[in-house]
Amino acid sequence: MSDVAVAPGSLAVAAAAPPRHGSGAGVRHDFQYRDPAYQSETAIAGMWLFLATEVLFFGGLILSWIYMRHGSRAGFDAGARRTELVIGTTNTAILITSSFAYALGVIFIRAGDTRRVAKCLAAALALGLAFLALKFGLEWRDDFAHHLFPSDPSFPMRGSAEAGARLFYVFYFIGTGLHGLHMLVGIALVCWIIARVRRGDFSRDYHTPVIAVGLYWSFVDIVWLTLYPLIYLVGRG
Amino acid sequence: MRLSLPQAADSAPEVDHLLWALLAISAAVLALVFFLLFLYVVRYRATSGLDRGEVNEKTWRLEAAWTGATLAVFFGLFVWGADLYLRLSQAPPDALKIYVIAKQWMWKVEHDGGQREINALHVPVGTPIELVMTSEDVIHDLSIPAFRIKHDVLPDRYESLWFKAREPGTYHLFCTQFCGLDHSRMTGEVVVLKPPEYARWLAQNGAAGGLEEQGRALFVHFGCGGCHGVTPGTESTVRAPPLAGLYGSPVPLTDGTLVRADERYLHDSIVAPEREVVAGYAPIMPSYAGQIGEEDILKLVSYIETLSPERPP
Amino acid sequence: MMAGEGPVSAQRPVTVEAGEVTGSYLADGHTLKSWLLTTDHKRIALLYMAAITAFFFIGGSAAALVRLNLVVPEGLLGSSEAYNRLFTAHGVIMVWFFLVPAVPVTLGNFVIPLMLGARDLAFPRLNLFSWYLFMVGGAITLWALFVGGVDTGWTFYTPLSTSYSKSHVVLAAVGIFISGFSSIATGLNFIVTIHRLRAPGLTWYRMPVFLWSLYSLSVLLVLATPVLAITLLLVLLERLFHIGVFDPAFGGDPLLFQHLFWFYSHPAVYMMILPGFGVVSEIIPAFAHKRIFGYKFLVWASVAIGVISFFVWGHHMFVAGTSLYSAVLFSILSYLVAVPSAIKVFNWLGTLHKGYIRFDAPMLYALGFIGLFTIGGVTGLWLAALAADVHLTQTYFVVAHFHYIMVGGMVSAYFGGLHYWWPKITGRLYPEMWARAAALIMFLGFNLTFFPQFILGYLGMPRRYATYAPEFQVLNVLSSAGSTILAAAYLLPLCYLVWSLLYGERAPANPWGASGLEWRTPSPPPTVNFIETPVVTEDPYEYPPPVAAEPHV
Repeated sequence: MSDVAVAPGSLAVAAAAPPRHGSGAGVRHDFQYRDPAYQSETAIAGMWLFLATEVLFFGGLILSWIYMRHGSRAGFDAGARRTELVIGTTNTAILITSSFAYALGVIFIRAGDTRRVAKCLAAALALGLAFLALKFGLEWRDDFAHHLFPSDPSFPMRGSAEAGARLFYVFYFIGTGLHGLHMLVGIALVCWIIARVRRGDFSRDYHTPVIAVGLYWSFVDIVWLTLYPLIYLVGRG
Repeated sequence: MRLSLPQAADSAPEVDHLLWALLAISAAVLALVFFLLFLYVVRYRATSGLDRGEVNEKTWRLEAAWTGATLAVFFGLFVWGADLYLRLSQAPPDALKIYVIAKQWMWKVEHDGGQREINALHVPVGTPIELVMTSEDVIHDLSIPAFRIKHDVLPDRYESLWFKAREPGTYHLFCTQFCGLDHSRMTGEVVVLKPPEYARWLAQNGAAGGLEEQGRALFVHFGCGGCHGVTPGTESTVRAPPLAGLYGSPVPLTDGTLVRADERYLHDSIVAPEREVVAGYAPIMPSYAGQIGEEDILKLVSYIETLSPERPP
Repeated sequence: MMAGEGPVSAQRPVTVEAGEVTGSYLADGHTLKSWLLTTDHKRIALLYMAAITAFFFIGGSAAALVRLNLVVPEGLLGSSEAYNRLFTAHGVIMVWFFLVPAVPVTLGNFVIPLMLGARDLAFPRLNLFSWYLFMVGGAITLWALFVGGVDTGWTFYTPLSTSYSKSHVVLAAVGIFISGFSSIATGLNFIVTIHRLRAPGLTWYRMPVFLWSLYSLSVLLVLATPVLAITLLLVLLERLFHIGVFDPAFGGDPLLFQHLFWFYSHPAVYMMILPGFGVVSEIIPAFAHKRIFGYKFLVWASVAIGVISFFVWGHHMFVAGTSLYSAVLFSILSYLVAVPSAIKVFNWLGTLHKGYIRFDAPMLYALGFIGLFTIGGVTGLWLAALAADVHLTQTYFVVAHFHYIMVGGMVSAYFGGLHYWWPKITGRLYPEMWARAAALIMFLGFNLTFFPQFILGYLGMPRRYATYAPEFQVLNVLSSAGSTILAAAYLLPLCYLVWSLLYGERAPANPWGASGLEWRTPSPPPTVNFIETPVVTEDPYEYPPPVAAEPHV
């Protein structure tokens, strides 16, 4: 029933249908806009602005991370060397490929090829799930098994590096946890888009939600590309 | 009701001068704004029938004028306030050190001679005093309105605040950073005494050994000398930076920076040794945070301050 | 994008087609569902207004009890715990559930599309969703504050909030976190709307100052609120899992919290006052019947405040233990941010010059705003001067200072705007004499309440004290006496505005003879706002000099 993508979340609210114009070709638009194209551009602008707030959200975390690392560098780096570089790097490759698959889907929807769109989005979804499985099914499980949770009494590192290493794992768990939550939201959104593609909601003329969710999906990818060096690379340098 | 505040320290009249200047400027600005407001409101009320003549539509000259004037006044105030702040922040090197430990909800004070008091601070008149302050729990703030000074007291680090009292008497001491349930009862008094009375007070409250002596006992108790006790040049299984003559000297760190070995540095080196590692040494010292209380760290620090090549641990 | 955009615009003129709702938005459905599921910005504004009013009186009651306690030095309530919970509740509710949202979500929500000549905000459903977020966040926070109790103050300083307080910090933080997303959604909606839904001919420099102010405010909401969100999240995790970045016991740094918190909360101060500037900039030209003085300076002052306010957070930490250099830097930046505010005051005075001034209630509030805001502003200069701040910070001087800005300024502006647009919103006129009386009593009560606190602060009385030294009693009693007058003054509008809903005279489309698109549509406006999209051909605030000094009817 919804024709316009707005920031995620608002979609949950059922709306009492506002008066609308019909505008031919099956594409409708909300009554405050002059035409569907103008509404679509506006919705995308809203998504960009939403991503700006997300940048500040993760920015606060990452800035704190860098600031605290500056205070106890040796401990942070000792902690970072215990992370699973192979899983992290594999996951990075998976996410980049997933974003690529989604971007391919956007190219196809612009050409009106809805059959291929569904395949691309399904690939993006599968890769996203693979990321979560590796990250939380494997890596986090290992981390807990190695007592790396920062408040664990049998935390493996002792001596002068202990405090810093614990802090590193505070940021590690918060950073990857928040990123994982964003992935979950993204996966729900991609599922929703796939369902609507199958229902035939989108066409060459109207596919705003596909693009909006694509922006979000790529943003979550970019967050990971910021976390990846902070977690796996900087401490090994 | 008393509307004046005693100027009981050297800093007080200086801050008051700035405050009077601010009051004068504020009064002038407010007088101007309120005068114009009333003038226009009365003169140009809709029913006044006054001929308005030409209305000035060119605004940028006026805008530039009042923006410039505002900037100039603000800049003057900034310089005055910042200069005074910087001067009042630097304790003179010969200041008498008194140690203050804040905890929910009391002030504990330790004098160099081992005298201790709670929620009271006895100081001599006319002597620069430096309060070296830390907290055992949350953030507190030590404020003495009669001296016009105040500073936050943080857990796990030393902050310093200094003054030179100039008027014997008893003054309020407040905690001014909200610190929980009995914040408003975390008050005390500063008693400024004439030097002979202060000497008498010290004598009457003399403790079993000064801070330094108690610190030495702790130094032995915690086995600090096992690593730090070695004088330079001699062999030892564990190599740790020597402490003799350390206090006040510059220390090169592994990251290439240089810090001065002040109270803060000594304190942090005990509770968070990995933060500032001395160049050429491995970061092997464990943290003693939570194992040595703030009061004992204080004693250790004041003991380490007395060490010199002539007087090694 | 900015100047010289010419008459080309985002929108083409559109005439409402047959079948669309052209009657009053108030008559467009009378069921509960037609309100709770509405996407009409005007109805959502009223939903917000109901919520905001409730929060204002809840927060105000907490303040009344705080003042009551301070009548005697040993504290009339007899309980530090109760007192601490009360001032925390007062601060949390007033900051996050009244001052920051009040003007934007009520007056802004209602008026922005009307001023733009638009039919609604860009994202109407997001607008409704943000109201639900606000209500959920508000309910959780209220529960935490009053059923559970929170005793950290609205600033949640660590490690008190993370490790020592035994109160319901987690729940309160969750509530504020959720309502923060409501702020973000509102800000996002406003920015996109102002960019995309301006009527034909409505260039940036033809927009009323109110829109510029809300635009600046929205940028602050969108960029600063997420930092608060992550900060509260870190506090939450530290409290729940003992994994921390703030408590030194876990190797954290409590000053990091203060940096992050004030990075949000200082811009938040401007989020509160910018809409106030906007409201006053509408009222003064309307009641002086004159074009606003220095339009471009006023709008760019709003933008400058928005930008500089991100770089002054450190002035909350002059005695907190940061470096001396950062204190000096933040001091000069704090003086810089005061310059645009001073520019605004002078421009309002310039607007009064040679005007045709009428004294309806909105104008009384606006004049009160100028006076009280200026007092709040100049006392800000005291606190920006480093050495003076050392003595005055954390005392009642600071309390008085920000109440002059927030209550004297912002609340006056809110009441001014509420009266100014009341006929437009409700289609009814309020009783003018009662409204003028309320404005005057509010001004007097406010000064009696807060002026003594400047002196208390100079004398050294710390804030957040449940009990105090007896020598401070006389001034405290004066302040408490003033607060009873203030409380009565706030109850007056509640009575006569509700009365006017039922018995008030019907309002014409433009009762004030004001310029601006919102006055070109009936009162109350139809659901679609404008039967025909207006075309803007002139600058804002075009007030031709009256032919003769015509008496106001």
